[in-house]
Amino acid sequence: MIRHWLREGTPHELVTALVATPLFAGFLLLLWLLMNEFSFGHLLLGSALAVVISRVTQPFWPERSRIKYPGRLLLYLGRLLMDILKSNLIVARRILFHSRQLQPGFFTYPLTLTDDFAVTMLASTISLTPGTVSAHYDREGRTLLIHCLHLEDEAALIRDIHSRYELPLQEIFDD
Amino acid sequence: MIEWAVNLAITVFAVAIILNLYRLAIGPDIVDRILALDTLMINSIALIVLFDIRLSLGILFEAAMLIALMGFVGTVAMTKYLLRGDVIE
Amino acid sequence: MTPSSMPFLLELFISLLLVAGALFALIGSIGLARLQDFFMRLHGPTKASTLGLGCLLIGSLLYFSFQKGTVSVHEAIVTVFLFATAPVSAHMMAKAALFRAVGKGGPSRNYPEN
Repeated sequence: MIRHWLREGTPHELVTALVATPLFAGFLLLLWLLMNEFSFGHLLLGSALAVVISRVTQPFWPERSRIKYPGRLLLYLGRLLMDILKSNLIVARRILFHSRQLQPGFFTYPLTLTDDFAVTMLASTISLTPGTVSAHYDREGRTLLIHCLHLEDEAALIRDIHSRYELPLQEIFDD
Repeated sequence: MIEWAVNLAITVFAVAIILNLYRLAIGPDIVDRILALDTLMINSIALIVLFDIRLSLGILFEAAMLIALMGFVGTVAMTKYLLRGDVIE
Repeated sequence: MTPSSMPFLLELFISLLLVAGALFALIGSIGLARLQDFFMRLHGPTKASTLGLGCLLIGSLLYFSFQKGTVSVHEAIVTVFLFATAPVSAHMMAKAALFRAVGKGGPSRNYPEN
């Protein structure tokens, strides 16, 4: 591989040959540099670790997801942060003042997403926002079992999750 | 003022840890105890960070990071054991 | 402990973050201690405690960034890590509880059959 590159390769070819998952390797390098002070030595060590670790862990990634619009993903994360704040205030009020009148319950949410990573993102979003925790993912039936702290209107909640989180994720991952 | 805020926060987190220990003691199921340990992990990270500010050290966050990593791995390993009877299959 | 040169507004903001974080975490732990059902108890720690610790770490980040004069990002890494892992561990615990049929016949409606 290296001898081939020395004869007729471009730098881009060397990078793609060495780094199997460039996004993951870049993330590891960034993490290493953030954890330590920036210096040339750390840059070298971090690069070596990023290349080796991304190569060794490659068999653990069953399929690779493509993020089509990284900008929209940032927008989505920003909105998620606001929703986390809002949902925490709601849950806090319920725990402190209405803990006896709560009507908890389960409901199943029909998924339209198919990409594994997108489903993970959706389940994590559900767990972090208004009074809901995802409890089980049925791979065959394509449903998500969700527990709700105060279940009033199932259909409205499903519609809300679909329009607020699932559709943007579908756009981001081009699913 | 920060000193005052840190002291108040340490007190509040101490109360939170006592509540977690109460849940850890009474259970009733083992899953409740795992949840209590997970929350205990979060609250102890908070205490470490607060002491870091209190003592103006700025080096204890690495301990916080290690506890966060180990706590997550521990929680997942315990639930995995309950689910499958094995941690690494 | 407080650097004398720290602007009053920044000091106020950091103090507010610390106290708000502590209160959120306390609410999460109160939820853990007093709610009746396991699945209800799961809501407190996954949301409130994580957000509480998030607030606290952002406060710590601002404090040490000001004190050392450089941006200290370590707390931000811990925050991101916690927000990424809290839903995963909650999901695993909910799965284990369903597997052991914890809280069956409890206050939660529509308990799944198998």
